[in-house]
Amino acid sequence: MSLPPDTRSADTGVIHDIGYRGYTGPRLGRAYATRSLFTQSLRAAYGLGRSGKSKVLPMLVLGVVSVPAVVMVAIALATGAKALPLDYPRYLSSFAPVVSIFLASQAPVLLSRDLRYHTVPLYFSRPITRADYVRAKFAAMVCAQFLLMAAPLVVLYLGAVLGRLDFGHNTEHFLIGLVAALLYALVPSSVALVIAAATPRRGFGVAGIMGYLAISTVVVAILTRIGTATEFTVPDSAQWFALLSPNDLVESLTNQLFDVDGAVGRMHAPGGLGAVVFTAAVLAMVSGSYGLLLRRYRSV
Amino acid sequence: MNPTVARLTLRGLLGRRRGILLLVVPALLLLVSALASGAGGDERDLTVKILGQLGLGTLVPILGLVVGTGVIATEIDDGSIVYLLAKPLPRWQIVTTKLAVAIGTTWVFAAVPTLLSGLLLYGTRDGVALGYTVAVLVAGAAYSALFLLLGVVTRHAVVAGLAYALIWESLIGNFVAGARTLSVQQWGRSVAEAVAGDAAIGADVSFGVAVPLLLAVTVAATVLASVKLAGLTLAGDE
Repeated sequence: MSLPPDTRSADTGVIHDIGYRGYTGPRLGRAYATRSLFTQSLRAAYGLGRSGKSKVLPMLVLGVVSVPAVVMVAIALATGAKALPLDYPRYLSSFAPVVSIFLASQAPVLLSRDLRYHTVPLYFSRPITRADYVRAKFAAMVCAQFLLMAAPLVVLYLGAVLGRLDFGHNTEHFLIGLVAALLYALVPSSVALVIAAATPRRGFGVAGIMGYLAISTVVVAILTRIGTATEFTVPDSAQWFALLSPNDLVESLTNQLFDVDGAVGRMHAPGGLGAVVFTAAVLAMVSGSYGLLLRRYRSV
Repeated sequence: MNPTVARLTLRGLLGRRRGILLLVVPALLLLVSALASGAGGDERDLTVKILGQLGLGTLVPILGLVVGTGVIATEIDDGSIVYLLAKPLPRWQIVTTKLAVAIGTTWVFAAVPTLLSGLLLYGTRDGVALGYTVAVLVAGAAYSALFLLLGVVTRHAVVAGLAYALIWESLIGNFVAGARTLSVQQWGRSVAEAVAGDAAIGADVSFGVAVPLLLAVTVAATVLASVKLAGLTLAGDE
């Protein structure tokens, strides 16, 4: 039975000096911590620094997106073609479903796991603020998406330049392609991150994001065809439906702004008013989602 | 079937706000149908497009994925399946019970609205509505069994299921004819075509091939899921 503290004799306790020291070196601060979170998240999006299993899908998608570009360049050079078989922005819109799969599977990797294992409060015990956390994660996801789409474009461009295709034309369209890639990286990702932040379960996040992207694309495809029976041209009045789906929104906007590939039946924002409204929709989607993310992390 | 397991599964699947989220699927189908029925145009083409492409082609696989993995993969994921596995209950019964709940949910959330929007769009003519409803019933059951199996086999069930439903069935199936032979969606179409007695639905697999394949996949997935669950060990998250 132990005695109450005040009855014990004073000299039984000893504090050993085992050489603990305070840290007097430089403190790297908030910006450094945010940058670290950004690089770590960007690496995690590609499975770098994680287990071998989690590298499978990102690398597979990267391969599926890039290898056709290599093949196209090879075919164009072998046959001595004057132009690439697929223009840069068209290449991106053709591979949008595959890029969406990357987004759907990796956005929850960045956000849902932190929520599920309650590691978010641990971040906030560092100098990082809530806004920093959102900024770093948002930038990491957008960056990962952009790199995924920029890779095949660079392959196409390098191939075109080395193969002595028309330099001016290719440079112009390559830059348009990069702008399109940035838009494709911004708009669907911002919506996907909001969905991912809403659930601590990875599976639901993946299904939710992919469900939203896939279903909205099909709905747009059907709604634009309602009034037009079977012919392939879509009237301007039906083009407005593209606002419902992030991928179609970006495709329509870039087609209208840069007037790429005047093929029949392409999606485009209807006229000058359309371009303005579609741009406003892009801005509203990105800033709205960012605002929602900030609000989501105000109390975690 | 075990009523307690069924009740708990159903509560896990539809409890809280999840049931309302799942309601988006039928609501969307009915909304698009209502919009389309008011617009006129080629009704038949539109019906085939909405019920085939949107309903059978997109909503049913995604619903089957959410429900099929939702009944078991979430429990395996958070580890609460051990409390169920520890009960003196044959594991194949757990699988069949959960599968029954998944199929029932898919039918309620997908087949009923398909019938309604089919009737809304095209009435009872040619049995198109009925054909697609039967197709959704069989495809929904096959998807549920398949995705339940995925949920038992892999921790990345949702990604694997999406890859199958969207990449294989939709993307590759569009370009490679052979891929359509191994596609639940096409088997469903074939059934729809046989019920409606109509070539406009455009099935690529003959009815005589589709039905055995559907049965085989559903039964094999269930059996395999039972076997896999019987030997299940819980691994940590990667």
